[in-house]
Amino acid sequence: MPKLIDLATTIRSKNAGVDQITFDILFRDEKSYRRVRDSGALTAEVIASLYRVPLDVVTHFSYVDSAWAIKFTLRRRRPSGSPGETDVFGSQQYPPLFDIVIPF
Amino acid sequence: MERITLLSPTGHLGFTPIERESFYRGVEREPDALVADSGSCDIGPYPLGADQQHSPVEWQRHDLELMLVASRRLGVPMIIGSAADTGTNRGVDLYVRLIQEIAKKHAFPTFRLAAIYAEVDRDDLLFRMRRVRVRGLAGRPDLTPDVVERTEHIVAMMGVEPILKALDMGADVIICGRSCDDAIFAALPIRYGFPKSLSFYAGKILECASLCAEPFMAKETVLGTVTHDAVEFEPMHPAQRCTPASVASHSLYEREDAFGHALPGGYLDLRNCVYEQVDERRTRVRGARWIDSAEYTVKLEGAGRVGERAVAFVALRDPMAIARLEDVLGWVRQKVQERYGPSGGDTYELFIHVYGRDGVLGEREPTPISCHEVGILIEAVAPSQEQATEIAALAQRNVLFARFPGARGTAGVAAMPFDEVLPARTGYAWTINHLLPLEDPLELFPIRVIEVGTPVGEVKGGSKACRN
Repeated sequence: MPKLIDLATTIRSKNAGVDQITFDILFRDEKSYRRVRDSGALTAEVIASLYRVPLDVVTHFSYVDSAWAIKFTLRRRRPSGSPGETDVFGSQQYPPLFDIVIPF
Repeated sequence: MERITLLSPTGHLGFTPIERESFYRGVEREPDALVADSGSCDIGPYPLGADQQHSPVEWQRHDLELMLVASRRLGVPMIIGSAADTGTNRGVDLYVRLIQEIAKKHAFPTFRLAAIYAEVDRDDLLFRMRRVRVRGLAGRPDLTPDVVERTEHIVAMMGVEPILKALDMGADVIICGRSCDDAIFAALPIRYGFPKSLSFYAGKILECASLCAEPFMAKETVLGTVTHDAVEFEPMHPAQRCTPASVASHSLYEREDAFGHALPGGYLDLRNCVYEQVDERRTRVRGARWIDSAEYTVKLEGAGRVGERAVAFVALRDPMAIARLEDVLGWVRQKVQERYGPSGGDTYELFIHVYGRDGVLGEREPTPISCHEVGILIEAVAPSQEQATEIAALAQRNVLFARFPGARGTAGVAAMPFDEVLPARTGYAWTINHLLPLEDPLELFPIRVIEVGTPVGEVKGGSKACRN
């Protein structure tokens, strides 16, 4: 079965303000987008469990039909750039998404 | 007026210099305004907290000069948002000085410069907080006086209204303090009667310049054209295209919510946006809606000092040590605690970032460790630089001397690329990320107007200045 990285053309993460990191998963064609959307493999619950956070840390999750995109947002561990920061732009938080298996 | 064209040359003026070729190609199209944002909170809280420069002044000068020369030649407005990364008063004054110097160098005829300030005085904010609730964003609690007291610098993000006011005052060049990226682009179209929805939508897409086009390129110029029923985007780099996919995907960029985008005075509803390919390189968007909010609020950003910082690096290659990593780190924490007490609170904080295990994601990392060497970055935060340095050194050296069952190496179990602790910048944190209600969208944003350049004909005397 394919993984998310086989179906999505862009998988990225980036700060959305100083307290949140937002993730955008984009597809080249509507078929791949619908396949992932309808598979149930990518939901707020899956994200919370993958990143080992309570569900309320996922502050937004949506399927964006007009852009063939899946978008979600996580509250940060601490505000960006505080002492102890590991990713000030929030730009390397997405790789765990690559291996999500998309069933038929 | 049927249409208005805005030129966006960079997503962050001065961060890296603007690419000239696509910029000049855009200028040849004779846009109605040149607009660029110069700020970001991506750079962390230090530049705001310490009110320090982040990008080199000479790169900022380079970008301002390109834009000012084109704006004066075309005779169209130039609008710069969030001057010098943070949009503090220092940043605005720096850009005003740079504009004056560039104007003098080129001997431009007189033009009118408006500087719009956005820094918020702590006492003023404390006074306002007696009357209004300052709501926390992203799950933060409401703002309290003690948080304001431990904040060094506060800026408010202006909406379009102060920029409209500056345009009404006849400004040719506008230097804004902290401002909404979308607003600096939306101001001119709104002034000429184009819908707020499309004007702000244009701003949202143009604020990062070429990031709304594909393939990925930064710092290349993009043109946005607002009409009464649509917005069109066209990249000026010949190898880039604005496609429905690239524009739609950029509409999601750096925003929490896929469908709503909150701004001072209302929000942009993107749910019904329709993307249409006009030709190979242009995309047209319709369907954005603007919804007025009941209350006019501006976002406040504030940064406060946490402590002095020191960092050290040490690496593990011994597989026994990597297998016993928790014992190694436990030993380190124990030795530091024996001397300085428990980490956290007002005394000190010790962060141990383990690269090769979870150095990037921390406790959110789902993947188990699977490598033959591990890098450990030690970061200590303490009231003084001396204390931070001592704590980082003690932690680093105790990785070397870690005790764990099964150790074979008896001359140190870690490698140090240098036996050295590096002083780091003062640690700051974003203390304020809140919404302040205003009665008047202009009230926090004083405007100063200055005549710049060489007077044409009779010299009437020095420069005029007014402040309101």
